[in-house]
Amino acid sequence: CRIMAGKVKWVTDIEKSVLINNFEKRGWIQVAENEDWNFYWMSVQTIRNVFSVETGYRLSDDQIVNHFPNHYELTRKDLMVKNIKRYRKELEKEGSPLAEKDENGKYIYLDFVPVTFMLPADYNLFVEEFRKNPSSTWIMKPCGKAQGKGIFLINKLSQIKKWSRDSKTSSFVSQSSKEAYVISLYINNPLLIGGKKFDLRLYVLVSTYRPLRCYMYKLGFCRFCTVKYTPSTSELDNMFVHLTNVAIQKHGDDYNHIHGGKWTVSNLRLYLESTRGKEVTNKLFDEIHWIIVQSLKAVAPVMNNDKHCFECYGYDIIIDDKLKPWLIEVNASPSLTSSTANDRILKYNLINDTLNIAVPNGEIPDCKWNKSPPKEVLGNYEVLYDEEMAQSDGHDRELRSRSGQSTGVKGNRARDSGKPVLTTWK
Amino acid sequence: AMLDPDSGLSLTIARIVQRLQGSSLHSQLERQARVSLHKPEIKLESLKEDIKDFLKTSGWEKKLQNAVYSELNVFPSPCHPAAPPEHMKEPLAYMRKAQGSWEKRILKSLNSMCTELSIPLAQKRPVNEQKELLNKWNEMGTDEPDLSLFRPVYAPKDFLEVLMNLRNPNYDNGEQPSFRTHLGLIQVPLKVKDIPELKEDFSELGLTTGQLGIDDSAQVPPEFFENEHVRVGQKVLAEQDSAAAQQYVRQGCPTALRADLWALILNISNQPEDILYYEQLKSNVIQHDLLVDSLIYKDVKLTASNDDYYFVFEDYLYQVLLCFSRDTSVLEHFTYSSATPPKSYIRGKLGIEEYAVFYPPNGKINYNSFILPVAPLCFLYHEPPKLYQIFREMYVRFFFRLHSISSHPSGIVSLCLLFETLLQTHLPQLFYHLREIGAQPLRISFKWMVRAFSGYLATDQLLLLWDRILGYNSLEILAVLAAAVFAFRAVNLMEVTSLAAAE
Repeated sequence: CRIMAGKVKWVTDIEKSVLINNFEKRGWIQVAENEDWNFYWMSVQTIRNVFSVETGYRLSDDQIVNHFPNHYELTRKDLMVKNIKRYRKELEKEGSPLAEKDENGKYIYLDFVPVTFMLPADYNLFVEEFRKNPSSTWIMKPCGKAQGKGIFLINKLSQIKKWSRDSKTSSFVSQSSKEAYVISLYINNPLLIGGKKFDLRLYVLVSTYRPLRCYMYKLGFCRFCTVKYTPSTSELDNMFVHLTNVAIQKHGDDYNHIHGGKWTVSNLRLYLESTRGKEVTNKLFDEIHWIIVQSLKAVAPVMNNDKHCFECYGYDIIIDDKLKPWLIEVNASPSLTSSTANDRILKYNLINDTLNIAVPNGEIPDCKWNKSPPKEVLGNYEVLYDEEMAQSDGHDRELRSRSGQSTGVKGNRARDSGKPVLTTWK
Repeated sequence: AMLDPDSGLSLTIARIVQRLQGSSLHSQLERQARVSLHKPEIKLESLKEDIKDFLKTSGWEKKLQNAVYSELNVFPSPCHPAAPPEHMKEPLAYMRKAQGSWEKRILKSLNSMCTELSIPLAQKRPVNEQKELLNKWNEMGTDEPDLSLFRPVYAPKDFLEVLMNLRNPNYDNGEQPSFRTHLGLIQVPLKVKDIPELKEDFSELGLTTGQLGIDDSAQVPPEFFENEHVRVGQKVLAEQDSAAAQQYVRQGCPTALRADLWALILNISNQPEDILYYEQLKSNVIQHDLLVDSLIYKDVKLTASNDDYYFVFEDYLYQVLLCFSRDTSVLEHFTYSSATPPKSYIRGKLGIEEYAVFYPPNGKINYNSFILPVAPLCFLYHEPPKLYQIFREMYVRFFFRLHSISSHPSGIVSLCLLFETLLQTHLPQLFYHLREIGAQPLRISFKWMVRAFSGYLATDQLLLLWDRILGYNSLEILAVLAAAVFAFRAVNLMEVTSLAAAE
């Protein structure tokens, strides 16, 4: 129909109101997948098909999708760890000061993922590490699942006998990637607030990987466990204590449907500033931004930087009682289900701001555009890292504003390394 | 009764000396003085002067100053020596009477609940129950006792009804209704301040003085105000001066300094005996079960557990409030409160004074309005003993006035009247409109004031508000804020046609 010619045509296979309301409010037109579309909000299964060698098809210049073809380099637990390890080794080889290690051999700036091994492939390496700390607890996570499914804790080698057998016989047996697990050192000293354990969910939008341009959503939140945290071994089986995924917490007896066990990041900041002081709080948030950017830099070289793509990730981070943040995992499809009224508003605004950046002016996209939105459309996003600006500008540029206040602290490490890493990190 | 300044001063001094003589500060000072005898600079000829100098340089004089300052803040100026003790509680007879009737009503309600449910007011816990409670002391929130039969002893609106019905029998407002008639719900002729008086009293809140929460926002360069203000705050803390701290917080506390500044103003330090006292209260809770405990559980579940900000601290709230109900030191505040703690008798000994006890031990029955005022403190103090002390001090200085009927300028009656007067004087059209549609403004703002805005403001803003309560040692600011909220929403409010819409 000619009248509709100028309007963006959209498709989605995720039937969520926070998405659909946003498309409709822009006056976009819904179409079917086999019709001409401009914007497709896909599930991860669909993106696999679109870009697969057999069934895939070429996207035209006026088509945009919400995933990168090989996002799993970041969002699969085993691949994320692999890429980060590779990245660190590369920096070490180059002699970069970022890869500096301390006297115990731990990376000073790049040790932000708990010690992790792939099973069954690294089983023997894992056993060696386990024996160094026999009283430690480890968390087993299936590589291909989400929402806390299939996760369990172990503190004895006997509990993962299966993978020991598999590792011995695995040389000629092809492991379906669905059965692969990662095993990570469980952080048993999480920061507790009100005696409760929590993790952080932060949203990060990437519009391009090379050059890297990413935005952080200011309104992240903390997810609290409804049951009191105790490190005691008898509670290992109680997933309500240990896992903060809302999907799991929702079924606990104490789940509350008004606040959903969630706190805003600004509450967290207020609490930490009041009880721990401003410097350590600022340092914590700086480090969180740092580890997000480093994780993106780690996968940037292997990412298919298809110009039709953007992606909004859900980062899960845990803070330990020494106020060190740990990257637990990155989600390609952060949940768009709303568990409370506040949640619905947050996710609605998240999609709104994401669309404003990814599809400028709400008009038919041209994937050749420079992906540099003006500051006014960012909404609740802030620029986290802009490689192009970093390269062109050298030093003294403020990219991050912490809670709206500019700080302008130079990154000395960055300059020494000669790498175009602009930071406000000390 | 008027008192000439000199005798008033000597009465005050005598009272403060008497109170401090019994305190741990006194024994510490004595100990310090004795220790100083070994020092070379203390000479026998000038013993008194030398010891005084030593106490000054070692910071002990400052501690004493802080303690005196604290007493002055908390206790009202003494009345005429011939006045009976009730006058310190409440000078106006009709107010005392009203408070007395209100208390009788509450107690009756509690007693009938007790009889209905056949639960004693207090009983000793069996040993296995004690052990169980001790084990889950830090996670009482996970308990789900059946509380369906318990009801809060009263709701804020019941209290408002009582206040609305207060009348001064000596006052006959024989005037014909005119534009000067007070149109609000409170009909007692208490003196409240007008805007010029408020402006003078709260001069540091003027437009030309820097304020945290406004002048430290992102758009304002920190050199203009924030940096200097923070620097001054750090200096005040270093000097450990209560009076200076109280003056300082009138412009707001930097978040990182707030916990320490409030503790300084409330004169709370980390004494080992305070931690012991808290542990003692905790063991009282473990050993005895009080009926009010169930009321506390219920109130916490109804309020904080559902609050976006405070649900995290649910367990701390139980700990603090259960201990609070056992704390007999709270009874002290009844000397200057219009309220009187209810008395109960050991079973079978009704009316025999030797068998009378205060029930609950701290004299406070209803917690409905307390839960939310404790919760914001959890953002500042994460250790239960300290959290407890700060709450208790805030209660006996400020919050108790929100729950009792008195003529005090910071009492809830005066706050309500101040609110209504400000609104009627400065926004008469709005006031009249709301009254006409059956939405008397006080019906909306009462619950804000009675909870000191906790649960109605974002925590960071609430803390900035409470900075000023501490700074000015007055709750009047609650009424001013309530009126300001109405002024802010005046345009929208003029359009509404019902109480519900106004809410």
